[in-house]
Amino acid sequence: MTGPRTRTVRRPRYPVTREIDEQTGLGEAYMRSLLRTQLRLAVRLCLVLAVVVLGLPLLFAMVPEVREQEVLGLPLPWVVLGALIYPWFVVCGWWYVRMAERNEDDFADLVERAEDRK
Amino acid sequence: MSAAYGLAGVLLVVVATVLIGVLGVRISRTTSDFYVASRTVTPLRNASAIGGEYLSAASFLGIAGLILAYGADMLWLPVGWTGGYLVLLVLVSAPLRRSGAYTLPDFAEARLESMAVRRVASVLVVLISWLYLLPQFQSAGLVLRTVTGAPVWTGGVLIAVVVAVNVLGGGMRSVTLVQAFQYWMKLTALAVPLVFLLLAWRGDGAPGLSSDVPPRFGDRTTVSVGVAVTVNVTTPVQVTVDGKVDGRDYPGAAVTLNPGPHRIAQDTSLTFPAGADVPHVSGRPVTTDREWALPLGGREHSLYATYSLILATFLGTMGLPHVLVRFYTNPDGRAARRTTVMVLSLLGAFYLLPALYGVLGRLYTPELLMTGRADAVVLTLPGRLIGGLGGDLLGALVTGGAVAAFLSTSSGITVSVAGVLAQDILRGGVRSFRVATLLALIVPLALAIAARSLAVADVVGLAFAVAASTFCPLLVLGVWWRRLTVPGALAGLCAGGALAGSAVVVTIAAGPPSGLAGALLAQPAAWTVPIAFAVMIIVSLCTQRRVPPGVARMMVRLHTPESLNVDRGTWRPRRV
Repeated sequence: MTGPRTRTVRRPRYPVTREIDEQTGLGEAYMRSLLRTQLRLAVRLCLVLAVVVLGLPLLFAMVPEVREQEVLGLPLPWVVLGALIYPWFVVCGWWYVRMAERNEDDFADLVERAEDRK
Repeated sequence: MSAAYGLAGVLLVVVATVLIGVLGVRISRTTSDFYVASRTVTPLRNASAIGGEYLSAASFLGIAGLILAYGADMLWLPVGWTGGYLVLLVLVSAPLRRSGAYTLPDFAEARLESMAVRRVASVLVVLISWLYLLPQFQSAGLVLRTVTGAPVWTGGVLIAVVVAVNVLGGGMRSVTLVQAFQYWMKLTALAVPLVFLLLAWRGDGAPGLSSDVPPRFGDRTTVSVGVAVTVNVTTPVQVTVDGKVDGRDYPGAAVTLNPGPHRIAQDTSLTFPAGADVPHVSGRPVTTDREWALPLGGREHSLYATYSLILATFLGTMGLPHVLVRFYTNPDGRAARRTTVMVLSLLGAFYLLPALYGVLGRLYTPELLMTGRADAVVLTLPGRLIGGLGGDLLGALVTGGAVAAFLSTSSGITVSVAGVLAQDILRGGVRSFRVATLLALIVPLALAIAARSLAVADVVGLAFAVAASTFCPLLVLGVWWRRLTVPGALAGLCAGGALAGSAVVVTIAAGPPSGLAGALLAQPAAWTVPIAFAVMIIVSLCTQRRVPPGVARMMVRLHTPESLNVDRGTWRPRRV
């Protein structure tokens, strides 16, 4: 990394899209920031998923009483794995799509605003 | 179930599938049509098509069968098959669409600029597809046998012929339409009978499954054994045998079966008295209903098996060849994401159903534990629980749904494997695609007829394990990690493919050995996936000079929204 401060002060000589096309330091910095934001979002969601999905068998193994709990007359594991987990997947997916699109819009705004300023 | 109604169900679905397929022919003329339906498919239809293609015999028949046999642990199977799409959505869906590749080998070539990686990917696609087709053909045989008593190989041949006609006739455009139809067909075929089954169950006093005894025959029950089987008897029981047991012929005589293994020959019927314990196929655990209903209850090494299953299904979905080809029919990266969320909803709705069939099967068709044909539970229940004309009609409906399941999955896989064979092994173009289609069907069909009979969901599980150990690291690292190199990718693909592949061969050819080694081989993903990732990363780090020169441009292509006007490189998949 070479000082990011100087880079924010410097006005782009070309449209940012051209900086990206020519793979200048500035263009690469824009690309890296987009990738980092998207990757951070993806990792965050995968971690939540992993905690729930990998945690459940561990919970069943460590605390056997949980397996025998009943919800509305049905065993808890069947209620969770047979039904509740599916809508939760959909909610996670929907949230991810919103966040990922927001990140992309922010990136597009950033690139275009830099171009307007020129 | 009456043979006539069942056969009518089979024929109806076959005819409808071919008709819908033929309707699409007029529009599909050029090669591009053949491969990806010209990318003009609407999101709901696309999501339905993904669902229709994905819900195979393993989902329609296999899950209920495994739940009947093994209980709560098997609930993870549909959970993983749905959750796999969440992982796919988050890690690779939009970038893959933006890559512009048609197939997995295309992606490998585009990202790594290497024909060697492309060829290894092609071989893996073909192997995974064949592994996936094998159980589809086998369970088609099972269905036709259950319904009409036809020899086991006929079902596989029937499916192969219909798929060949359909794919050769219309290519992917028609297949897209067929697949979308198949999803709704399958959902209906499972949901409608279930409503009646649940009503019948309530009418029966809504019996539960919390007793501390293993499954028993509720009434005096005659069990016909279709394929020779060895069962374990736990308590002495007097049965009436018509056929051959332990090598001796009995023409309807009373025989006392002592505890221990007994060999029952093909086409033998045994009549058990009411209240007798159900003998289990040898090697299947005998669990009380209470143990069965609890996760981690029955099998040895069940915690390891559960984790391995979770890894294979959650990570393997993205590496299935027929799943990825569907994403290229989205107009752009955002549409690919939105389609995936829709797929999650459609799959979630479908997977609420099979578990209930498994539970009802445990209550009403426990003899399937003895015949070793637990996969037939979905087909057997309507006739057993409802009976009469209603039972016959509902039976015909689930049979039709099962046929839809084989047809859709087999068509999808055939299209993708034929695409890869045509392009990377034959010369490309429409004629090669046709030759490749036949090749793609004949090999697994021969294997299905030759191999011993296997639980459909188990074999499909192995295909997921191979996909998770090969394409998952390639895709995830390819999309997110600039430092991936050609030698790294090759080493990772080969290591993952060889390890998971050997486990598959041992499990299918010989059956897994008992104990920990058996668990490790039957569910290899928990060790093969981390090894594949580690090899890919370590070899890449050691060969940093071989980072592909165009990686920066490729990252722009994979991750920038289509609205931005940037240079995305000139790579195009090689197509006429």
